[in-house]
Amino acid sequence: MTSIEIKGAFAHRDLLGIDGLSVSEITYLLDLSDNYVDQNRQIDKKTSVLRGRTQINLFFESSTRTQSSFELAGKRLGADVMNMAVKTSAVNKGETLLDTAVTLNAMNPDLLVVRHGDSGAVALLAQKMSCAVLNAGDGAHEHPTQALLDALSIRRRLGKLQGLRVAICGDITHSRVARSNLLLLNAMGAQVHLIGPQTLLPVGAEKLGARVFTTMREGLEGCDIVMMLRIQNERMEGALIPSVREYYRLYGLDREKLAYAKPEALVMHPGPMNRGVEIDSAVADDPERSLIRDQVEMGVAVRMAVLEALAANLPNNTGEAE
Amino acid sequence: MNRAFTNARLIDPANGLDEIGNLIVENGKIFAVGKNAKTPSGVKTHDCKGMSILPGLVDMQVFTGEPGEEHRETLATASQAAAAGGVTTMITMPNTNPVIDDAALVDFISRRARDTAIVRVHPMAALTKNCNGQSMTEFGLLSEAGAVAFTDGDRAVMNALTMRRALSYAGTFDALIVQHAMDQDLQSAGVMHESELATRLGLAGIPVAAETAIIDRDLRLVELTGARYHIAQISSAESVETVRAAKQKGLPVSCGVSATHLMLNQNDVENYRTFAKLSPPLRREEDRLALIAGVADGTIDVVVSGHNPQNEEAKRQPFAQAAYGTVGVETLLAGLLTLHHADGVALDTLLACITARPAELLGLEGGTLSVGARADFAIADLEAPWVVNADTLRSKSQNAAIDKRKVQGQVHACYVDGKAVFEL
Repeated sequence: MTSIEIKGAFAHRDLLGIDGLSVSEITYLLDLSDNYVDQNRQIDKKTSVLRGRTQINLFFESSTRTQSSFELAGKRLGADVMNMAVKTSAVNKGETLLDTAVTLNAMNPDLLVVRHGDSGAVALLAQKMSCAVLNAGDGAHEHPTQALLDALSIRRRLGKLQGLRVAICGDITHSRVARSNLLLLNAMGAQVHLIGPQTLLPVGAEKLGARVFTTMREGLEGCDIVMMLRIQNERMEGALIPSVREYYRLYGLDREKLAYAKPEALVMHPGPMNRGVEIDSAVADDPERSLIRDQVEMGVAVRMAVLEALAANLPNNTGEAE
Repeated sequence: MNRAFTNARLIDPANGLDEIGNLIVENGKIFAVGKNAKTPSGVKTHDCKGMSILPGLVDMQVFTGEPGEEHRETLATASQAAAAGGVTTMITMPNTNPVIDDAALVDFISRRARDTAIVRVHPMAALTKNCNGQSMTEFGLLSEAGAVAFTDGDRAVMNALTMRRALSYAGTFDALIVQHAMDQDLQSAGVMHESELATRLGLAGIPVAAETAIIDRDLRLVELTGARYHIAQISSAESVETVRAAKQKGLPVSCGVSATHLMLNQNDVENYRTFAKLSPPLRREEDRLALIAGVADGTIDVVVSGHNPQNEEAKRQPFAQAAYGTVGVETLLAGLLTLHHADGVALDTLLACITARPAELLGLEGGTLSVGARADFAIADLEAPWVVNADTLRSKSQNAAIDKRKVQGQVHACYVDGKAVFEL
């Protein structure tokens, strides 16, 4: 694969969201990811696609799995990877962001992976950077690699995305995973159901191309995929939902509720799971029905694909991929 | 000191005047005005070449950074921006550091304004001590010191009992109580209008109910107390309807809207454009149209700039962290004239909202071209198109929500007490 081909297939400097990607660009990234899944199952997992490149993982919010997934992806492609965790207080959050951007830029990184607690923060930071920026999650806005890895997991198991009915259940209001998935699944011709208590459903979600439900029985009907979202501790106990036990009774995915979906419906979760809160272990650990392990594996492959696609567009790319 | 301004279109909504003629100034006062005003011999003459003379504008909501945050704006820099916009009277907000909640601080503002500002400055004082929403300030002493109204500025008085007491107590002084209608509990973490756009951007929304809940509550208290009540800025069609109904009931209620809310809607925050992050937030296009209709039919009494200078560091932030506000005192007239040209709102109606009506609400002289009035006026080309360029505005801060927008109407000169304070 040469850099010129990549340029044509994925012509973006940064990956800030699914918003703005075309169907062919999404398909291209998924196809490229498929190759890396195979490579990652071999004994020799390394290539030199990113040899000489510097990748910085800048995390303003703590994350174990996304950060290690990006780290492994970069290392398998031969990049020098540095992790930076920035502790933020509410007071100096924004100040730290732009100061950090200027400082990092002076270190001449090639790829910057950023997670931040504020919607739009990664795009703001990208304006100050002269390298490729990947959004690893910004506030309640987007988490594009999660949506790509979810799509890859589904496509590998069911062979397609077009025409599927996918339920996303839980705290939709505060979820970047839900937004990126909604955008990607809509673009690829799947039908999305959003399910949650009214207090966790955002205003105007119907206008963004989803059907919205407040009960699992109605929302899961005819669904091929049931995607559960993590419910954050601070949302529980009276503020947005009255209690964990009521939430689990109404929205926690167990075998009984899963039966509302199609008989072969698959279960997904972006992790980390709250077992007994939004999902029952019997469902989460069922190898026949659960895609949760696949999602983690696909995560590394998708991030390798995205890193390669962005590196190919760097201005000083010398075509080391050969 | 006497001067004659000839060959001008004289527009004075308070006196129903709109005619070609002359304006004669003597000793800082208007000596004669109109088509029959004869130029006395030996007087220095200024040929207006057909441009318009308007009463100096009265901007009823201007935030500055003085005292405490002079890097954002001083009374001096705000007044220069005002003069360039034809604004001859600025009403300043008490949200400074310290908060203007004491007679000595009102006096401080007046003295600083006298010494450094080139237009008139009248402060509103805080409604509650330190704008904490709990205990009333000394309305009597503050009024004596020169406070023209009472408000917590950019904060709502959330406690209904505090509000009731303030409205009751204000009656003694016939004081005007000004509310920022924003229920802080309903706003919660909200930073823009609650809508599908907010959902798409992943930003927490501010529902219209955050505004109407406060207005509805306060109107009940106005019925109870009979006090004069003014909503600094309304932002929604629902609020226009509520105020319209309250006025029909005969309640002593008035309200304002910002010129920016008449020009922009929520789509201007697309791409996390923090310059358009305002409080109250920019809302739907149908709200904007309802606000314009409210101005046209007199439901909305005044149009303000809501001038709120913020330095770049405060605005170059993730949207949720960025400061609220836009500068606007310099573009207030141009913004309204653009509405006149684009939306067909009658000129005298628009001008009354930025001249006679705010002066009347605040009990101030001015806002007219009446004979004997102080010679505060602006000379403007009402048609001239130009493009707002934030970098060339005179404010110390450049956070203009209408940056790069085409407007119509250019101020050529501004006079206070018959003296030029701005000439293009």
